[in-house]
Amino acid sequence: MQVSVNINGVEHSRDVEPRTLLVHFIRDDLQMRGTHWGCDTSNCGACTVWVDGAPVKSCTMLAVQAEGAEVTTVEGLVKDGALDPIQEGFTECHGLQCGYCTPGMMMTGRWLVDQNPNITREEIREGISGNICRCTGYKNILDAIEYARDHANSEVSA
Amino acid sequence: MQTPAPVEYAKATSIADAISRLEALGEDSRPVAGGYSLIPMMKLRLARPETVVDLNGIAELRGIRVEGNELVVGAMTTHADVLSSAILFEHYPIFREAEHVIADPIVRMRGTIGGSMCQADPASDLSAVGSALRGTAVIAGSAGTRTVPLREFHDGPYETVIQTGEILTELRYPIRPGAGSAYEKVERRAGDWGVCTSGVFVVVSGGVITECGIGMAAVNADHYCAPEAEALLTGKAPTEENLKAAADAAANEANPNADQRGPVDYKRHLASELTLRALRRAVAASQGA
Repeated sequence: MQVSVNINGVEHSRDVEPRTLLVHFIRDDLQMRGTHWGCDTSNCGACTVWVDGAPVKSCTMLAVQAEGAEVTTVEGLVKDGALDPIQEGFTECHGLQCGYCTPGMMMTGRWLVDQNPNITREEIREGISGNICRCTGYKNILDAIEYARDHANSEVSA
Repeated sequence: MQTPAPVEYAKATSIADAISRLEALGEDSRPVAGGYSLIPMMKLRLARPETVVDLNGIAELRGIRVEGNELVVGAMTTHADVLSSAILFEHYPIFREAEHVIADPIVRMRGTIGGSMCQADPASDLSAVGSALRGTAVIAGSAGTRTVPLREFHDGPYETVIQTGEILTELRYPIRPGAGSAYEKVERRAGDWGVCTSGVFVVVSGGVITECGIGMAAVNADHYCAPEAEALLTGKAPTEENLKAAADAAANEANPNADQRGPVDYKRHLASELTLRALRRAVAASQGA
């Protein structure tokens, strides 16, 4: 089945089986490995991407359901070689240990800050409850998202 | 790696289109709403539909409105929209309280109220809410639409009265001026299914409870409700003693199973305690209204 998806501003068209999950379409068909494939049960959030500006767990959506949609992955955060504030935040605050949850955390974190530029730490804690860090490094992840909140120059908009 | 079995995909463009596709495809087809229940089941091969008919393109299935003395929620309205709805909150804070403890914020962006109702998981929070409020389901098929009380909507765990070629289009909840409502849930971790949940509404007028509804999830109560406990409360003063008696009666209407979430006596204790806490808060809200 033919599917055309705009990912990070670029049109991609492929012939896929309808059962292909969006995460595998991104990682395997398009060879974009920034999006991580984690628990496979929509619990961990490592595979979080934006579909038409809203976060989605891409292990639980068929690629064909994204037909005509605009998808943003972690690779889409960099603009003209400059890191997005959320990426700066994870760098400055050491917001990762093993790094597995990081792409999903950044997609959710940036979206949370876009939704509410004055978001509190407590609201961020709740906002990332669908993203699991198995290293349990949540304190620095919260610091990183707060950094993005405090350094938002909005180079990427959802 | 979990991947669904081979499947065909069709995107419905309207309610009529969805119905005609599902009817033509027969019982091996399934409608997909948010997908956060069906797709994991397909990945585990617990569900193997030949075709999924995607309802996400049907705008007429989304939205929340007041119609006469009913609140009407489109079946494809997302959990996030139910959670943030000022209209639902004004009449029934139970919606916000229940939605706040369903899954996580990302799942709530795409998961829908109708998908949740039709999945009919025994621990479904919104099924307990719907039964507590005595809502109705509007079901559309090629022969027209029919309405079914939510207390008659389930045929058992994961089964509803919706037939092949039909889809749930709306959920309707009667507005009750002066009602107070509340939802209580104990879960093992944030976003999990409940060990036990209880959701209630009460209307207190002239010093007595004139109407009430008690819903419970995850404890195997018939149609997620506790009618004997409701009968005990109706017409009575909302004293602590009366609320406690009703909460104990509700616990007796639960038939919990022992599983990894806990033993039977613990779950029955929760059914009583959570119902009591929900009743206290709902009574206070109704008295303050």
